[in-house]
Amino acid sequence: MKPVRRQRLILIALMVVGAGLAAAFALKSFNENLMYFFSTTDVSAGKAPQDALFRLGGMVVKGSVERPGDGLMVRFKLTDFSKEVTVEYTGILPDLFREGQGIVANGKLDGRGVFVAEEVLAKHDENYMPPEVKASLKAAAEQKKP
Amino acid sequence: MFLIPDPVGRFFHRMASPPHFYALTEKLMPWLVGIFLILLACGLYGGLYLAPPDYQQGDSYRIIYIHVPSAWMSLFIYIVMAVTGAIGLVWRIKLAEIVAISSASVGASFTFIALVTGSLWGKPMWGTWWVWDARLTSELVLLFLYLGVIGLYNAIDDKRTASKAVAILALVGVVNIPIIHYSVEWWSTLHQGPTVTKMDKPSIHVTMLVPLLLMAVAFKFYYVIAMLQRARLELLQRERTANWVKKLLTEPTP
Repeated sequence: MKPVRRQRLILIALMVVGAGLAAAFALKSFNENLMYFFSTTDVSAGKAPQDALFRLGGMVVKGSVERPGDGLMVRFKLTDFSKEVTVEYTGILPDLFREGQGIVANGKLDGRGVFVAEEVLAKHDENYMPPEVKASLKAAAEQKKP
Repeated sequence: MFLIPDPVGRFFHRMASPPHFYALTEKLMPWLVGIFLILLACGLYGGLYLAPPDYQQGDSYRIIYIHVPSAWMSLFIYIVMAVTGAIGLVWRIKLAEIVAISSASVGASFTFIALVTGSLWGKPMWGTWWVWDARLTSELVLLFLYLGVIGLYNAIDDKRTASKAVAILALVGVVNIPIIHYSVEWWSTLHQGPTVTKMDKPSIHVTMLVPLLLMAVAFKFYYVIAMLQRARLELLQRERTANWVKKLLTEPTP
């Protein structure tokens, strides 16, 4: 390779590495802000803001969804498999909302430690399969645990 | 040449000669279009008709046959653009510069399609058109990078200078590519994690996966077709004073 070309190649490599390093440091310092939601453990540990809106993500605990009263109000528990947080929401839930589903709720904590959501979004998981496969997986899982 | 065996070097040198490239791509084009149409037909038939509905989303999930290949292409084309841009910067090969800039608008289109189809799916499934999570935001930044490249190229009159400027912008923007890819793993996002590129086993049923891969290859062919057409036009414009172009335009086609 001619020296001029080699020099240009090295310059380009340095530029890309430099941009990468700068981005890595910037992202590292903004890490907390880039998190789209807090986990239920964060909320239990008091890491979430007390009087401000924030997003809470977790799995809807099986059997925890209840509708007290006859309105649109729905109450359920979210978990990250270590801590649970109770959520209250009034409004229409997205199609994918169901027990065992991951969701992200936007709202704030009230005095009782209950998360009052203004918006509930379903977080889709990365699994795609036909209904029959899901049914047979479920059957197999039930057979395993007697 | 350094590290590159002689016959390979000669092959690339020949490929990079504008008249040869122009003639070769003309001959290749019908084949490329044919393969693209066959793949597209198979992919769409498999994806929209043969593949079973999803256990959770029903038929709505079928948008992945457009959304996912488009999103892959948006990253792939950016990498092609940056690499050819770098080759243009280092070796000053005109054809590399042309491939780089011809890729930009195709890549921008795929990025736009990925964003729009994702948004259309997001409304019924997530419950919102758009959220500012790491994946969606970084993909939007990618669209702006593409638009920046196109804008910068058109703002500079001397196309060789323009290509250098564009290549530097594209290379700095490369840092965004791993950010997009890993955003769903590094941070908590509303967008789901990777399905197909998971190391162990893709968490998608094989009847759904095959059409998806067919569509992905079809989109690759579409990119090559669209990029080559743009590259041929760009080449004619840049070489309009060269002898081979004059000969091509004055001689009647047999």
